[in-house]
Amino acid sequence: MRMRSQRIRALTVKDLKRVIREPANLFMVIIFPVVLTMAFGAAFGGFGSDGGASTYTVGLVDLDASSNHGFADAFIDGIEATGILVVEEYADNASAHDDLLQGAIDAIVGLPEDFGDSVESFLLHPDDPSQWVNTTIGLAVDQGSMIVGAVVPPMIERVLSTILFGEEAMNMALPLELGAPAQVASSHLTQFDYMVPGMFAYSAIFTAMLVAQAFSTEREQGLLRRISLTPTSSSEVIMSQVVTNLILGVSQVVVVYGTSVLMGFRPQAAAPGVVFAMVIVLFLVLCNVGFGLITASLVKTSGGATGLSFLFILPQMLLGTFVPASPGLAKFVPSYYVTDALTSLFLRGAPLSSPMIMMDLLIVAVVGLVTVVVGIAVFQRYGRG
Amino acid sequence: MKKMERTGSPAITVSNLVKRFEDVTAVDGLSFEVEAGEIFGLLGPNGAGKSTTINVLCGLLEPTSGDAVVLGYDVVSEATHIKERIGVCPQEPAFYSHLTGRENIDLIADLHLIPREEGRRRTDALIDLVGLGEASSRRVGKYSGGMIRRTSLAMALVNEPELAFLDEPTVGMDPQSRRATWDLIRSLQGRGSTVILTTHYIEEAEALADRVGIIDRGRLIALDTPGSLMREHGAGNLEEVFIELTGRRIREEV
Repeated sequence: MRMRSQRIRALTVKDLKRVIREPANLFMVIIFPVVLTMAFGAAFGGFGSDGGASTYTVGLVDLDASSNHGFADAFIDGIEATGILVVEEYADNASAHDDLLQGAIDAIVGLPEDFGDSVESFLLHPDDPSQWVNTTIGLAVDQGSMIVGAVVPPMIERVLSTILFGEEAMNMALPLELGAPAQVASSHLTQFDYMVPGMFAYSAIFTAMLVAQAFSTEREQGLLRRISLTPTSSSEVIMSQVVTNLILGVSQVVVVYGTSVLMGFRPQAAAPGVVFAMVIVLFLVLCNVGFGLITASLVKTSGGATGLSFLFILPQMLLGTFVPASPGLAKFVPSYYVTDALTSLFLRGAPLSSPMIMMDLLIVAVVGLVTVVVGIAVFQRYGRG
Repeated sequence: MKKMERTGSPAITVSNLVKRFEDVTAVDGLSFEVEAGEIFGLLGPNGAGKSTTINVLCGLLEPTSGDAVVLGYDVVSEATHIKERIGVCPQEPAFYSHLTGRENIDLIADLHLIPREEGRRRTDALIDLVGLGEASSRRVGKYSGGMIRRTSLAMALVNEPELAFLDEPTVGMDPQSRRATWDLIRSLQGRGSTVILTTHYIEEAEALADRVGIIDRGRLIALDTPGSLMREHGAGNLEEVFIELTGRRIREEV
């Protein structure tokens, strides 16, 4: 029988109104993902915290070639002595920059070739600037961390003053100046950043429960029977559930993305990433509609359907979202591929055309389509009565 | 009102209809005809097989054996055609409690593919007809039993059915609403619809039905006009007819 859009639209509107008007459904679909994202963002992200760091690693590139290298050693010791800055020495600027870009360190301090000469010139002629050897200490900080930008430059300045004047730092002209910190975009990531790709999948997997509840409740209350007193086919009823949940899936992606950005998530891919996230999450939603239909076919009560739906939800949640799990087992759940693709896209900066991302999409698409077809067949055979 | 596509035949023809649920025989060799434009009453106690018969005629249940043709269509192979032309007010009203009364009626109109403007016009008219008024804008979850029954009746009639199955349509209604519903049923007949009415209320069957079929334990034990049945059995009402035929009262088993 041909499916009619007027029926599917009417049933979809009816189901969307249920989500909007019934607080429990609204909580599960929209409020829960927002609250979860905010909670994890606050606990593990860069929003309102330092992401868990209590020390900052400074990459030190010592190019001082002067005869008075003892000043450079004292400067480095002074940085270490702060207790907050940890020094990691580099032979050259390039390797230090690489590590800053990868988020391995928080800042770079570059001592110039004439650092020792400059310090010595000041100590010999503190009142005669014409004798000073003027030079600049290079400084670069991770632009994504407001705290690093605020903490590191003043501390380096303080160490430098101590070298020159001892503990009694003075505010006066100096031959040495600290360069303006270069803002370097690094891939320094918080735990929250690593969690966000899994949150897209996490929200979608609860579709299995929503679908199982919707069908079992309507069956319990005689609503499926009431609908079947009209010329509406079961395919139209199921299609309306698919459309409803795809709409909700898109809404969840937007909500999770928006909330996670507000909480400090810094994705490598913004607009294309969100569009891709919607596409791959929609296939995961499709897959979970299938799981929901299978669940509603196996148990006849809404309470039972809720419980049994966790048979599908828990493995996806524990193996395929943001919970660290054995990759071997994780490959058996579709949510793993969603999380993997979004991690590559958002965190590793992989292009959309990346073979790994395309393979993840293909796997989720095939599993989603097969599962929903199986779900429809099982429900039409066992679930309607 | 839609025209019957297959005219010149009874609205319903049932021949040796049997419906079994495992070892329980709910309908046991039922045969009868209902003429187009008739109000046909099905009278009998709970469990007599009235609702099962209606469910078979609506295409919800497949008969175990026997034949049933509704509006010229076979109930097994052409159920979709039947559903396009009938309206059903089920014994247990089913409605979406998160929707308003109006939205529930509109939904059924959409499922019958009635153009939206026309559907909304019919919904408005039915809301007035069943007396829902302002309550139609409230969610059905907050309705009284009588209001739910009236909403269910409006849902059954929004597609202007050729044949209406009204299964206990006035249960839970106050006397005033019941009288209004009786008028509505008569108006359906006046517009050319056929009505199948099941009821526990003897006076309802006597007041409305052109003919009454009395069912007991899945069998049709009498079929005629109320007046003829009472005359034939020397009874003052249909309750006495039922007692005469079965030795039991209808209401005792309700």
